[in-house]
Amino acid sequence: MSNMVELIDLQKHFAVSNGLFRQSKRTVKAVDNISFSVQEGEIVGIVGESGSGKTTLARVMLSLTKMTGGNVIIDGVDLSRATKKDMEKLHREIAVVFQDPASNLNPRETLESSIMRPMIIHGVPRSKAREKAREVMEMVKMDLRYLDSFPHQLSGGQLQRIAIARALALSPKIMILDEPTSALDVSVQAQILNLLLDLREQMNLTYMIITHDLNVIRYVSSKMAVMYLGQLIEFGDTETICDRPAHPYTKGLMDAAPILDPADRGREKEIMKGDPGSLIDLEIGCRFYARCKYATPECKERDPENRIVEDGHQVACIHPLKYSS
Amino acid sequence: MKEELLKLEHLSIDYKVKGGYLSAVHDVNLSVNKGEIFAVVGESGCGKSTVAHSIMALLPGGNEHIEGKILFNGQDLRTLSKKDMEKIRGRHIGMIFQNPLDSLNPVYKTGSQVQEGILLDGIGKAEAWQKVIELYKDVKMPDAEERAHSFPHEMSGGMRQRVMIAMMLARNPALLIADEPTTALDVTIEAQILEIIKDLKKTYNTAIMLITHNFGLVAEVADRIAVMYAGEVIEYGDVFEIFHNAKHPYTRLLMKALPRKTQKEGRLQTIDGSVPRILDKKPGCRFANRCPYAMERCSLETPEETFAAETHMYRCFLAGQAGREA
Repeated sequence: MSNMVELIDLQKHFAVSNGLFRQSKRTVKAVDNISFSVQEGEIVGIVGESGSGKTTLARVMLSLTKMTGGNVIIDGVDLSRATKKDMEKLHREIAVVFQDPASNLNPRETLESSIMRPMIIHGVPRSKAREKAREVMEMVKMDLRYLDSFPHQLSGGQLQRIAIARALALSPKIMILDEPTSALDVSVQAQILNLLLDLREQMNLTYMIITHDLNVIRYVSSKMAVMYLGQLIEFGDTETICDRPAHPYTKGLMDAAPILDPADRGREKEIMKGDPGSLIDLEIGCRFYARCKYATPECKERDPENRIVEDGHQVACIHPLKYSS
Repeated sequence: MKEELLKLEHLSIDYKVKGGYLSAVHDVNLSVNKGEIFAVVGESGCGKSTVAHSIMALLPGGNEHIEGKILFNGQDLRTLSKKDMEKIRGRHIGMIFQNPLDSLNPVYKTGSQVQEGILLDGIGKAEAWQKVIELYKDVKMPDAEERAHSFPHEMSGGMRQRVMIAMMLARNPALLIADEPTTALDVTIEAQILEIIKDLKKTYNTAIMLITHNFGLVAEVADRIAVMYAGEVIEYGDVFEIFHNAKHPYTRLLMKALPRKTQKEGRLQTIDGSVPRILDKKPGCRFANRCPYAMERCSLETPEETFAAETHMYRCFLAGQAGREA
């Protein structure tokens, strides 16, 4: 298996203005030194609370915003020195599905023309595009009669199917899904998750799924990345991380995840205090320091480096949690 | 031991729309006991918020038609005048909503907004401010004394929801209606708010009616739950009963649709079709068009309330046998 996506010390810093004419001195490190790689056909889940940088990370990969440091290599294309032609190739290969499908489909366009638009932009002849639109509708198990409908005539789950169909139109290799089921009801969420798994089997797609729902991640992904205030704090096999989280924050997140059976009420858990706080002008040291019950003075003095706790399981913590086997 | 605090009797709410009446809530019977957490769950559009708003008499007014009784401590709230209802709201029944930012005034300090409610009870200003700070401590607000001077925009989502809870507690109502109280929050903050809600039940003995679509929340805190579908309560009972021994096919399918496993254990259960829009009431089970076990009878007759146990009600002809083999 080859690397489909490789992030190398990826950074995205924003300058915050102090006022119209004053020089801005403060920076927001929305994405700070993130490195991990995704293999072809893998499903990687990215979790983190709001403001942890997961969406910024996706935007950088989609080249919707420029990185300020590090590099991203997607299917062999180096984003930092990609030519116009490379970018065209990438835009065909990476597709994206957002949280709220209703706001991403033009309300005045029929669904057929919404699905055809990316193909037409990429120079696919109309007749071919129309044919492909039918094909992708069938792939997402939608009745072809909806092609003439407008977005307001469909339910949330149906619209999300249309958004997925549109993403499939250019036969992508990678799909970035930003909270694809957060706006949906439980029964519809199950339909969309099953559909995504079917599509991956059929087309060997690589997924990067951004979500805050740990139960969804556990069900759907093979690897997971945990982000906290712009940094990647843990990465590895989903099952391993769920069973033996090495970073105290990941452990706290797992403990906070909603249980799905009242019989689990008595389980041991610790509730993290406080909230992540601000991303502006972060100082040196572990960003989780103030909330961490295992913190020592050392944690405040230096940045924790990435370390491997077991095969393919990396964590950025000076005192990773240990489990007796 | 069990004292009924709130009782809904044959509550039906219809909205007048083009082409007839839209049945938003139909024949809902349920009761909330003192000091318990009663959850009303259901997918979007099932009528759970309409029920909550009708209790507080907060429906928009104008085009709805309400039938049935809303009994609070034995008194029918629907017979009260607007003025009398105002005395109930806040003082006896409190409510918190999904997005605290919509409920807070941006130009006043949060502490003053909490204080306002306390002043209504004829307490002096200084004393009321002290009470605000105590309440902030009760809801585990960090730096309570300073935070009382903060404006809503200076606070995080979790802190704002704490303000809302403090505001509600200020008048110590017997019943709290919480409409999706944690939906806008991150999981770690949600866990903190849930702890506070559980503490409230213990220290203040407040009965809580929790309106949510989140089964995780229900599994974590509820004592009893009611499942709503297309405007009807199709099943209610003890939380363990509903999670482990549901009788209605809809409840059972929903439980299997929850992503509580890994892929190795197979795909998630889905429910085909979508929730019908009920225009003009007709007899028949509202879930019949999506139910894999539907029989001819299901679309002709409305299933009556059937009791599996004294406290476990369901509306289905199959007596809980549907999908037993699965």
